[in-house]
Amino acid sequence: MSPANPFTRRKDRIDELAATAASPSGGIAEAGAVDEKPGVSLIASAWSRLKRSPVFLLGAGITLVFVVLALVSPLIAPHDPAAGLLLDQVRPQSNPVPGPQDGFPLGADSRGRDLLSRLLVGSQQTLIVGVFATITGLAGGLSLGILAGAFGGWVDALVMRVVDVMLSIPSLLLAFSIAAVAARPSQVTVIIAVAAVQVPVFARLLRGSMLAQRSSDHVVAARALGVTERAIVFRHMLPNSLAPVIVQSTLVLAVSIIDAAALSFLGLGNPNDRQPEWGQMLGRAQTYIYDYPHLAIYPALCIIVVALGFTLMGESLREALDPKSRR
Amino acid sequence: MTDTATTPRPSRHGDEPLLSVRDLSVTFRRQGEEPFTAVDGVSFDVRPGQTVGLVGESGCGKSVTSLAIMGLLPPRGNTVEGTASFEGTDLLRLPADEMRDRRGRDIAMIFQDPLSSLNPVVSVGLQVTEVLERHRGMSRKAAQPVARELLDRVGIPDPDRRLKDYPHQLSGGMRQRALIAMALACAPRLLIADEPTTALDVTIQAQILSLLKELVEDTGTALVMITHDLGVVAGLCDEVNVLYGGRIVERGTRHELFANPRHPYTNGLLASIPRLDGARGAPLTPIRGSVADNLPWDHACAFAPRCSQPVDVCTAQTPPLEESGVRALRCHNPVR
Amino acid sequence: MARFIIRRLLQMVGVVAVLSVLLFAWLRSLPGGTVSAILGERATPETRAALTEAFGLDQPIYVQYLKFVQRAATGDFGVSTGVLPGTDALQIFVDRLPATIELSVAALGLAVLLAVPLGYLSARRSGSPLDSGLVILSLVGVAVPVFFLAFLLKYQFAVEWNWLPVSGRQDSLGCTRITNFFVLDGLMTREFDCSASALKHLVLPSLALATIPFAVIFRITRASVLEVLGEDYVRTAESKGLTARVVRARHVMRNALLPVVTTIGLQTGALLAGAVLTEKVFAWGGIGDALARAFEVRDYAVLQVLILAAAGIYVFINLLVDISYAIIDPRVRTR
Repeated sequence: MSPANPFTRRKDRIDELAATAASPSGGIAEAGAVDEKPGVSLIASAWSRLKRSPVFLLGAGITLVFVVLALVSPLIAPHDPAAGLLLDQVRPQSNPVPGPQDGFPLGADSRGRDLLSRLLVGSQQTLIVGVFATITGLAGGLSLGILAGAFGGWVDALVMRVVDVMLSIPSLLLAFSIAAVAARPSQVTVIIAVAAVQVPVFARLLRGSMLAQRSSDHVVAARALGVTERAIVFRHMLPNSLAPVIVQSTLVLAVSIIDAAALSFLGLGNPNDRQPEWGQMLGRAQTYIYDYPHLAIYPALCIIVVALGFTLMGESLREALDPKSRR
Repeated sequence: MTDTATTPRPSRHGDEPLLSVRDLSVTFRRQGEEPFTAVDGVSFDVRPGQTVGLVGESGCGKSVTSLAIMGLLPPRGNTVEGTASFEGTDLLRLPADEMRDRRGRDIAMIFQDPLSSLNPVVSVGLQVTEVLERHRGMSRKAAQPVARELLDRVGIPDPDRRLKDYPHQLSGGMRQRALIAMALACAPRLLIADEPTTALDVTIQAQILSLLKELVEDTGTALVMITHDLGVVAGLCDEVNVLYGGRIVERGTRHELFANPRHPYTNGLLASIPRLDGARGAPLTPIRGSVADNLPWDHACAFAPRCSQPVDVCTAQTPPLEESGVRALRCHNPVR
Repeated sequence: MARFIIRRLLQMVGVVAVLSVLLFAWLRSLPGGTVSAILGERATPETRAALTEAFGLDQPIYVQYLKFVQRAATGDFGVSTGVLPGTDALQIFVDRLPATIELSVAALGLAVLLAVPLGYLSARRSGSPLDSGLVILSLVGVAVPVFFLAFLLKYQFAVEWNWLPVSGRQDSLGCTRITNFFVLDGLMTREFDCSASALKHLVLPSLALATIPFAVIFRITRASVLEVLGEDYVRTAESKGLTARVVRARHVMRNALLPVVTTIGLQTGALLAGAVLTEKVFAWGGIGDALARAFEVRDYAVLQVLILAAAGIYVFINLLVDISYAIIDPRVRTR
């Protein structure tokens, strides 16, 4: 390990993750360790350990509930999340936020809309922000990574230099700056800002793991057998780079949802709240937070639980796929 | 245990043994897995000044044996049974802090991979002087010339410079020499060497072995040599214990064992060494299979599936360790 | 060692160059173009023309970039339009820097002092209830939005229980200002009540800001100690009979801290971003506060200074980290 420039370390951490892709059939058995069956692939052995891991099961359980909720919530929500049903109870001076009552177990927000329905339906937009931000970031990173890898030489050097500099800007600050460029903020600009931060991470991750594989035995063997370069990239290198990408994606899902909330908090989020999203609900609750903290606490709890679910899943995946942890 | 291993052997020169290991067993227990007995009732003696070999393939329990004696097994997940008495004190029952006082002073150890066994961020000098500071109560300053002397004695050129160097600046052979210097810093009475030459180039291997031989002869330090390499045994050991599957299968003096191997495993090990004086084109005879084929010792001989001359009883009954003098053998159907 | 530092400094120059291009591109892509972005609503035709001239917007793009670099080099980033209208943007940064440094140092100090010993303890007792509890705590720590935690702390300890001040850096005690580091100033002038007040104000914001660095540093320390504990050289140290204290300090921690030092450097980035949110909640009056305000009112003159400064500080701190890394690790130093 040698630091090559002022921000090597963040690069190194990404590269370390990338290296987990390099050995498709796993780590070195210690002397005396008798549980290492020959020929069991890294993925298969990782899966067999994941099935027994309570941390992974908890994370996967939370994620599953969240996704199902996001899909069915419009059907089970008691009210229309955009309709100001209790608007007549809103008194800007004395009672800006209607409390819990019959049919409205959590009360309403400052525009008289049912809080429970907004929370339920909010899962949908939250999932959309998380998934699209991750996919966009991944797609951007993938393109840059392949561009750098395919052309090599100065294109590679240039792309990676820009990537490294982007990594040298504190990520949330970068997201804020990109969101600030948008003349008319919307859900799309939020997704772009959150995703842009992940582009350099994914680019570096993919390029790192492809480079690690370029010299690995199975790729050298394939090349020696006369497999075309294209087939090597798509059939051998990309599939084996998947493990670190999946791990990173899971973690990015959590980060995106939290970052989106921070954008809303700074007024850089989606101003249209007819389609509720947890981050937006939390970011906007600041107006009434000392008098009506529940407006912030409910969406915050939702975000924390879901982010924790993704994180638990990602971390246990990382551990399971890391050849080093197989001791 | 159905063995006769517990009966102490008559001593060779009439000396009391320096280290006497009796019925040593180490079992690893990991959550969700079957307990695994790595060392299974091993007994042997080491007399002052003597060099004793523990020989076997990887996974036969030889390293675990040495770590158990040193008290260096991980604190959890294993059970150690039996005794290892060093000058009358059972090391296995010693409180942790008393064991700490003895390690590096009375018993020292050198390991297989000299690069990973040295702390990369601490200078070689400090890694030598810290032993002197700890066990001989020297100040770091007073320890400097002693450390210099030690490096010189193990054949490291320009010791003054090397004291300030870091491990990555030394060659592989020099690193192992530095480790030997650390181990010998307090003139221990027993030195355990765990495959000290395996990670080195062949020419360096010979240098390190002759250095070890010279040092134990000069200082009278007893040496336990752990190796898979019978060549090392031939050049160094007075007495050899052959381990298989966590148990001793044969023991004898170096000459007896090389001249007259009785266990098919020992015989196989010797036959699989390429010989320069053999007939041209004579095939090497490897031992077939691998440790993975082992049977459990409970009702069989663990080596039976790989044996060149198994008989029916080998898979039905545990062979006992039969001893006469230094010689010992665990086999239903010995060679010759 | 000198060569090592010089090489890093040269690389830093390259980074700042690329950063300036990115910042320039960012400014050019702002809604309504640079002039409206900087002048905002108050733009009269005269001021517009003056600014167009000053920025060289009528000239080729590379000239514009060079002018931008020239102005940046002389510290001329324009005048604030929203945060403190009429004030020089660079001056806002300079005035507010001590507040943010004070908060960041307190938060990072808190995070490191708690995370490193706990990470060691957790690794030593891996699998114990203490370990599991701390690991879960650290995972929850990164899942909680910083500003929500800040609100929660403020609501509970300041608003509900009234134990600690709600916002600001100090009560108005008429304290003498020397460095604008309020705690330090109080000590220097022997106005100890000033220091005490500043410390009291620091508690909640630094707690909120410390959570994420704590969680990350804790987990890196734990993983790193676990890995080092399995290294051969630790076994060698034990085989030499060294005292537990020497084994821990010289052989375990000295190696285990290498990745931790790196992580601490990286966390300064999270700290700067977290400061934007935390300072806003506690009306701290530092750079983060100003940045939050600048984002809300789109005060681009202030934004460009503060973003460039934040990135610069981050790169600089990581340079310091690399140098300290080289001091600890001889393999880097003597190559």
